[in-house]
Amino acid sequence: MHLEVFAEGDSFLHKLDPRIKISVFLTFAILCAISKGILIPSLYFMLSLFFILIAKLNFKNLLNRLVGANFFILFIWIFIPLSYKSNPYIEFGSFKISYEGIKYALSITIKCNAIILATIALLSTSTIFSIAHAMLHLRLPSKLVTIFFLFYRYISVVHEEYTKIKRAVLARGFRPKTDLHTYKTYAYIVSALLIKSFERSEEIYKAMLARGFKGFFPLFEHFKLRKIDLAFGIGIGLVIIFIYIWGLYK
Amino acid sequence: MEKSIIKLENISFSYDSYSVLTDINFELRLGEKVGLIGPNGAGKTTLLYIIMGFLKPNSGRVFIFGKERKGEKDFLEVRQKLGLLFQDSDSQLFCPTVKEDIAFGPLNLGRDRNEVKEIVKDIAKLFNIEHLLERPVYKLSTGEKKIIALATVFAMNPICYLLDEPSSGLDEETKEKLIYFLKNHVKTCLIVSHDQTFLKETVDKIYLLKRGQISFYQDF
Repeated sequence: MHLEVFAEGDSFLHKLDPRIKISVFLTFAILCAISKGILIPSLYFMLSLFFILIAKLNFKNLLNRLVGANFFILFIWIFIPLSYKSNPYIEFGSFKISYEGIKYALSITIKCNAIILATIALLSTSTIFSIAHAMLHLRLPSKLVTIFFLFYRYISVVHEEYTKIKRAVLARGFRPKTDLHTYKTYAYIVSALLIKSFERSEEIYKAMLARGFKGFFPLFEHFKLRKIDLAFGIGIGLVIIFIYIWGLYK
Repeated sequence: MEKSIIKLENISFSYDSYSVLTDINFELRLGEKVGLIGPNGAGKTTLLYIIMGFLKPNSGRVFIFGKERKGEKDFLEVRQKLGLLFQDSDSQLFCPTVKEDIAFGPLNLGRDRNEVKEIVKDIAKLFNIEHLLERPVYKLSTGEKKIIALATVFAMNPICYLLDEPSSGLDEETKEKLIYFLKNHVKTCLIVSHDQTFLKETVDKIYLLKRGQISFYQDF
């Protein structure tokens, strides 16, 4: 799993100034999250599909991400229709599934997927360095940005170490059974993961310091705000706001 | 006809679009000690991972002990009987203490606790690491880690060893210990190394892996 798999590409969204992308994303995410019903989230979903289309991303990787995220949304489907008390409802033996509950769960599913797709299309199409640097331009506190960046870095480190430890365990013929040896091994794996990831992170930090890291992220190819970036930002921003207002007055 | 340990038939492998191995045919028989050299990025470690079933080849077949290996279940026996020594000893060791890391292999093979205790004692004596048994793995030097990693593999008494750059980063004394071990306690092995003087002492012939193709290089 290569965490920045979508960042390599040359579509319009890849070249778009990350500051615009972050601003558009925030507007989209907030307004989409607070919208109600089925129609408005569906419009936002179609807009996010439009973003995905112009980003020209690898379909298989995209599908993997969506399946993973929707796995959690599945739990919503189990709980909300059953616990949302209202009329009318359908009866399934002793279970009452309310119609309103289904609508609500559907609304959440559409909104979640729309925001996930927008995140992938707008934020994953830039490298983490660009996003961190853009956040600084947008005047976010530098301590927050550093924490965000290092958090992301350390997830990669933990994942790498996990892959290595898994190979080490399998290479010596480990087969999970229901015995004490298996549980002990799992415990050892977790502790090894924690310690190794911590040590690797310390090393990476030392390497960054050794090359003069002072807390800010210089970029190799600094982004430039082009006229078309601004036009895109304002245009899409207006569309997002318009959809929301239309929803309010429907 | 000596018993075939590893047989690779027309193995091709590529990382995404980057092709690393093209139509590799290779056989290792019981009693053979073979070295593998090649430029960086030639795919030597990839080959070892394919033999152990960590990577699936794009095409071709893998036969270990004469039986074709395809899924995870097929490779369990492979991993119990072939001992892989990773290039980076840090990737090999993960238990809290040295003692437990050596015990891990035999425990997986189903040996009972008393047997395993004996095995650990014998191995510690053989490798002269009795003083390191209770030490946490993270408090070892690189050379010590390498010897411990080798001990953990030896504890499983494998039929064949697959060693990935075993002599890299070792001082002369530890290298001598390693050469002694490989000469006297190992019957069949495939050693990947950049160190041709080391290989001269430990193997009988060398193959070259270059640009996705494997070819015979040298006899000793």
